[in-house]
Amino acid sequence: MNTLVKLRYRFWPDKIFGELLQKPWMETAVPLLVLLLVIAFFSARIDNFISITNLNDTLRQACELGFVVLGMSIVLIVGGIDLSVGSIYALCNLLALYCVNVLGLGMISAVAITLVAGAALGAVNGILVGYLRMRAFLTTMVTLIVYKAAHDMLNAEVGVAISSNFPDAPAWDYLGFGTFLSLPVVLWVFAVVAVAGHVFLTRLRAGWHVMAIGGNRRSAYNTGLPVKRVVALSYVASGVFTATAAIFFASRLASPGADTGKGLEIVVLTAAILGGIRLGGGKGSVMKAVLGTLIILLLTNGMLRMAMSAGMSRVILATILLLAALLDIRWFKNRHKAVQELYVSPGYMELPPPQSTAPESGSPFALNDKLRHVDTIGLGEIESPEDVALDADDNLYCGNRHGDIVRFFAPDYTRQEVYAHIGGQPLGIVMTKQGTLFVCVGGMGLYKVNPDRSVEKVTDETNRSLLSIIDDSRLRLADDLDIAPDGRIFFSEATVRYEMHEWPTDSLEARGNGRIICYDPRNGKTHTCLRNLIFPNGIVMASDGQSILFAESWACRISRYWFDGPKAGTVEPVIENLPGYPDNLNRASDGNYWLAIMGVRNPIFDLAMRKPGFRRRMSKKLPGDEWLAPNLNTGCIAKISESGEVLDVMWDLGGENHPMITSMREHKGQLFIGGIHNNRIGRLKLDDADPEFVDLKEAGNA
Amino acid sequence: MEQNTEKDGGHGGAGPMAMLSGVLGKGGFDQLRIVTLLFLAIFILYSVVLPGFFSVGNLLTLMRTVSVLGILGLGMAIVVIGRGIDLSMIATLAVPSALVLTLAAKGFGVVPAVGIGLMLAISIGVLNGILVAYAEIPSLFTTLAVGIGVAGIGQIGLFDYEIVSWPPALDGIAWIGRGSFYGVPYSVLAFGVAAIVIGIFLRRTRYGMFVYASGDNPGATRLTGIPLRPVLVMQYVISSCVAFFAGMVLAASSASMDTRIFNLTWIYDVILVVVLGGIGLSGGRGGVANVIIGTLLIGTIMNGLTIMNVSFEMQNLVRGLVLLVAVLADSIINPRNEETAQQGDI
Repeated sequence: MNTLVKLRYRFWPDKIFGELLQKPWMETAVPLLVLLLVIAFFSARIDNFISITNLNDTLRQACELGFVVLGMSIVLIVGGIDLSVGSIYALCNLLALYCVNVLGLGMISAVAITLVAGAALGAVNGILVGYLRMRAFLTTMVTLIVYKAAHDMLNAEVGVAISSNFPDAPAWDYLGFGTFLSLPVVLWVFAVVAVAGHVFLTRLRAGWHVMAIGGNRRSAYNTGLPVKRVVALSYVASGVFTATAAIFFASRLASPGADTGKGLEIVVLTAAILGGIRLGGGKGSVMKAVLGTLIILLLTNGMLRMAMSAGMSRVILATILLLAALLDIRWFKNRHKAVQELYVSPGYMELPPPQSTAPESGSPFALNDKLRHVDTIGLGEIESPEDVALDADDNLYCGNRHGDIVRFFAPDYTRQEVYAHIGGQPLGIVMTKQGTLFVCVGGMGLYKVNPDRSVEKVTDETNRSLLSIIDDSRLRLADDLDIAPDGRIFFSEATVRYEMHEWPTDSLEARGNGRIICYDPRNGKTHTCLRNLIFPNGIVMASDGQSILFAESWACRISRYWFDGPKAGTVEPVIENLPGYPDNLNRASDGNYWLAIMGVRNPIFDLAMRKPGFRRRMSKKLPGDEWLAPNLNTGCIAKISESGEVLDVMWDLGGENHPMITSMREHKGQLFIGGIHNNRIGRLKLDDADPEFVDLKEAGNA
Repeated sequence: MEQNTEKDGGHGGAGPMAMLSGVLGKGGFDQLRIVTLLFLAIFILYSVVLPGFFSVGNLLTLMRTVSVLGILGLGMAIVVIGRGIDLSMIATLAVPSALVLTLAAKGFGVVPAVGIGLMLAISIGVLNGILVAYAEIPSLFTTLAVGIGVAGIGQIGLFDYEIVSWPPALDGIAWIGRGSFYGVPYSVLAFGVAAIVIGIFLRRTRYGMFVYASGDNPGATRLTGIPLRPVLVMQYVISSCVAFFAGMVLAASSASMDTRIFNLTWIYDVILVVVLGGIGLSGGRGGVANVIIGTLLIGTIMNGLTIMNVSFEMQNLVRGLVLLVAVLADSIINPRNEETAQQGDI
């Protein structure tokens, strides 16, 4: 039975569902599915629904509609709406035909004039909505009426003249009927515009401004973005796109019909909504606009070919519009809940029984009170010193919760200053002989503080794994580092699935979400050297210079990894049954290693680790603050040998001076102790230590 | 606002000058005052310039042409005060009333036919309301789609012809749109009755206050314990019923119902009346007086243009520009900037 559970949690890809759901492109999957359903439905009902002969014409229609939908999408993404597209379409159609048929202009000048006209008509909307802050819906509704009236009046004037002239303009006809590589010209133009639009929205600064203003106009304004200008320009863009569509329409049909563009705004709006572009702004992409266009066009064509009455297709269209809006709104409202429920995917972990901590047990971890008389430094003046380091002049450095590196001055450590501001919480830190401080920053990556206090990024990304769904190239939680003799920096990243403040959730998963990463200063490359570790949290160079010892917190074990030499690439366990959760590892003066244990295991949490189903239910049914979490309030410092022998253990039994420990650093016969939940740094005089020992690294040419 | 005009009218005396002083009495410039002044200015201008404008016959014609629009405006006002919009009103005007005509022609009897039509109107309102209040789809899209759908239902075989004529069986209630009472056409009286009923509902009943509350601050309304969602549904039901009533008046006065009436420009006129009168689209403001003055202004402008023999397209253009000015005035009087605008408020 247990084996089955083990196998199920080992091989069934629980975490994939949550990770897939979290992906932004999943939103595009819904309209894609709808499109496929529509195609399947009509293909089953209609013979030759998709055939080469009607494909050509459908594609031309689709591209014309697609241009308008793209324009509408940009306006929708900014948070507005443009109802006037139908009238702009009609006006531009009339203008283009007038230019070609009556004035006899060439293709280029006709196109240019029409595009400028479209931009001008859109600019009216833009100025009214963007700069005069009028309501988009009403304003564009009014311009719809006004433009339509203008169109009707102009049409009465020039309609006959247009219809009675048949110009000889091959370039113009090429737009309407020509093909390039056996595909319609309009398709090529649309493809280029769509790709450019995609790049614009996702890769360019101006496109990000568009998304930001749609996402939250107030914040965008307060950030200093030119809200009014961007809003106004989005309407201009809509006008230009509509004019483009009208040009192709005009060149294809050459008809100045009175009903041109009537009701177009409804069709376009339906297409955009069906594609998944949110009303109210901030969400949308070119892909969605294209999908929405195809869906609506295939639907209307399909209904037409099934000889459905106009009334019936209206009812169907309305129903689909409502269902799409309903789905969109429900999905948007509840998506984060679904993601939250599905994302946490506990695994099975069976921990070996812990070494005893009972005082009389004879175990090396037996409780004692050796830390009772620790001196405190900066009591109440420092928050969250996860790690500590000392320089050659004995000054003490540590990080704090506010994203600073704080320096306490030797010899008495009563004065302090902010040595450098980084911005993210510094976790593991290492001082080099040259005075450069290397810092692992939660949420940011690996940084260094030069002796002149300038902060410099060392690396914040590594190679992306081929099959990982979430983007694991970004460093989310780098937490401890050490430097090899050749200058390579090895650092651990605790988890790739959660942010720093979500570490308790990662502990619930008990999965190999962490990794060890190597930064090579010789070529500036970063690569992941060891994956699937369970919250790796401490790292130290072994004596041979070819291997590291590392601690995995939730797995309660220390292992050794060879990165060089004959055993390169192998991992061997060092200690596997720690009584608590190991954190940082550092050198001791006698050639052994200091190990911080940040909290002690308890039987309930260990049992829960063997009950993944229980943890899954808990994470779905209870609010996050009621979940089980590992105990991180009392720990100890252990001295271990390279072979895994526990040589000494120090506790603060009364919990008075230094119960919570995440790191320690030996320096000139003293041990400096840090703890992430502490408001102090501890200092302990070591009796039998080398008074000259300093834990400084040899920095490469990093 | 209604109360203001009543009070101000009290110390002014009689005639247009009194109205003018009443309008300016408080000194402040809200849209109702501006529009009233504008209306008076245009009215006086037309009366002086246009021969045949200031005659009883023409003024009655004016009133009659806008009475249906005014009734629709009253229904729209309720929804707009509740921070919504109902674009399906024209479809609701056409389809249920055409159904009543069809059923009556088939011998259903007056009461069952009207009852069924009313049921249809109410169910359209309930559908709108549920989709807006419970499914939380923006009212703009709900009513747009429902309007399209209802018009489509009307097209698929409910009626034999697109234009349904007034059957003799319904002649018993034909007076609501035809004839006149001491010279005043019944359709104008219908507008008056609707205005009084809705005015009382909005200002004198608890549910009317709920409508204002739900438009002013939906969140606070809900926290106060007012059943916000049912109140929203109620607004759409009322607007549907009003649209049905307007449809019956229209059908009676023109002796037929053209189901192709469903096109977008008519609903824009209704919005024009409401917004022009000064009922802010952000909800919670305005009342029946605003609808009446908006209707009068539009009616006057259009009537004058007709007398001047301006083309239909040109009238549309003018109407559009007037609406543009109204919306612009609204955005100046009730300014919105990046700090006060609501996210997603289009």
